[in-house]
Amino acid sequence: MTVKTKEEKYNAYVKQVTPTTNMWLNICKAFLVGGIICTLGQFITNWLKNSGLNQEDTAAWTSLALILLSVILTGLNLYPKIAKFGGAGSLVPITGFANSVVAAAIEFKKEGWVFGVGAKIFTIAGPVILYGIISSWLLGLIYWITQLF
Amino acid sequence: MIVGKQSIQFEQAVHIISAASVAGKKEAEGPLGNLFDKTYEDPYINGQTWEEGEANLQKDAAAIVMEKAKMTPEQIRYIFSGDLLNQLIATSFGLMDYNIPIFGLYGACSTMGEALSLGAMTVAGGYAEHVIAMASSHFGSAEKTFRFPLEYGNQRPFSATWTVTGSGAVILGKEKGIARITGITTGKIVDYGVKDSMNMGACMAPAAADAIYQNLMDFDISPEAYDRIITGDLGYVGQTILIELLKDKGFDISKQHMDCGIEIFDSERQDTHAGGSGCGCSAVTFCSYILKQIEKKAWKKVLFLPTGALLSTISFNEGKSVPGVAHCVIVECE
Repeated sequence: MTVKTKEEKYNAYVKQVTPTTNMWLNICKAFLVGGIICTLGQFITNWLKNSGLNQEDTAAWTSLALILLSVILTGLNLYPKIAKFGGAGSLVPITGFANSVVAAAIEFKKEGWVFGVGAKIFTIAGPVILYGIISSWLLGLIYWITQLF
Repeated sequence: MIVGKQSIQFEQAVHIISAASVAGKKEAEGPLGNLFDKTYEDPYINGQTWEEGEANLQKDAAAIVMEKAKMTPEQIRYIFSGDLLNQLIATSFGLMDYNIPIFGLYGACSTMGEALSLGAMTVAGGYAEHVIAMASSHFGSAEKTFRFPLEYGNQRPFSATWTVTGSGAVILGKEKGIARITGITTGKIVDYGVKDSMNMGACMAPAAADAIYQNLMDFDISPEAYDRIITGDLGYVGQTILIELLKDKGFDISKQHMDCGIEIFDSERQDTHAGGSGCGCSAVTFCSYILKQIEKKAWKKVLFLPTGALLSTISFNEGKSVPGVAHCVIVECE
């Protein structure tokens, strides 16, 4: 038996004895939590619009309000509890992004403002920013090319 | 005396003169909570940072273990200690004020086994009258070193373990004490190619199986020779695998096997998934529950083998597998 097949065999065995999460239950929880966050966002949007704000300002203030809420919940150590239950439902909305930035800021503050917070604040969010910008640039490029013809 | 391929039998047993265990709040709330010498409510263990807190755990454990043996730092020839942090900062900053010559060890979560082995060899060889063997880990500092900032919201898989906040220390010497170390089997690095750092039980089980097998072969005994065979932090997944792997080699240890990671937390009530982990897991369980059982002769002979997963965030990100290591220490009652 070669080393490769021994490793493969063991990994297959490990997979078999390792308990897995219930995917459908997790999806339902994610849908619920993500849905609540989005409904909250919609509620804020409607309220701001009814107060007379234009579309652009409403969008900006809604994002800001959700980010603020996430920051406060992270600081109070409540957001990790929501995320433990909701998974991707709390990770994907803007609140999840805010949580990843604030969590790093809190953790690395002890290492100073420059090499701690400054250098490490985007350790988790950094890839999202980088690849977010690259993919929007690529999509923009594709859009631009299609407009040429 | 050299025995077999990887073992030593001490002609004169090395005695464990005293033991100390210091732990955090979650551990205090666990099934072994009332067995620890000192516990902290404060997650920072009276420090400003996680790292300072972990250093304080070591400082306390060393102080208590010397106090229990009625010894001063001058009477300790060497300390063998380690932790999980980069460059062993908890060990360095926790123990420097004692002015005791020190060997800093890294064996991942197997460090207590490594410290006990080297400490026992040093005493048995006549190179020291008394040494301290100890190790520590801290949930906050370990998460920060190996995973995510604590406030980051994510889901841990069922195979994941919970790093124990705690430090355990023993003093080894030649005079009679609470237990004795009669032999050791030093483990090899064993790699079965598992790459999932959230399933460390599976990464370490082959190393534990290898070390136990070698111990049984070297000393030419069967698992029944031990009242307990105690691994460090395999957790529920690792335990299943270990028993299965040894069955394949012809040994059934299902009756004797116990895992510190499973003992230290109540996984249902404390939401710790596969169990506890970290150098502190085996160290505090050994220095509280296990040694107490041996001292009152409820167990006459145990095989204690802390298990370590050998990875760093760099090796993991570079796509390397997670090999394991385990060091066996034979502990008998006085």
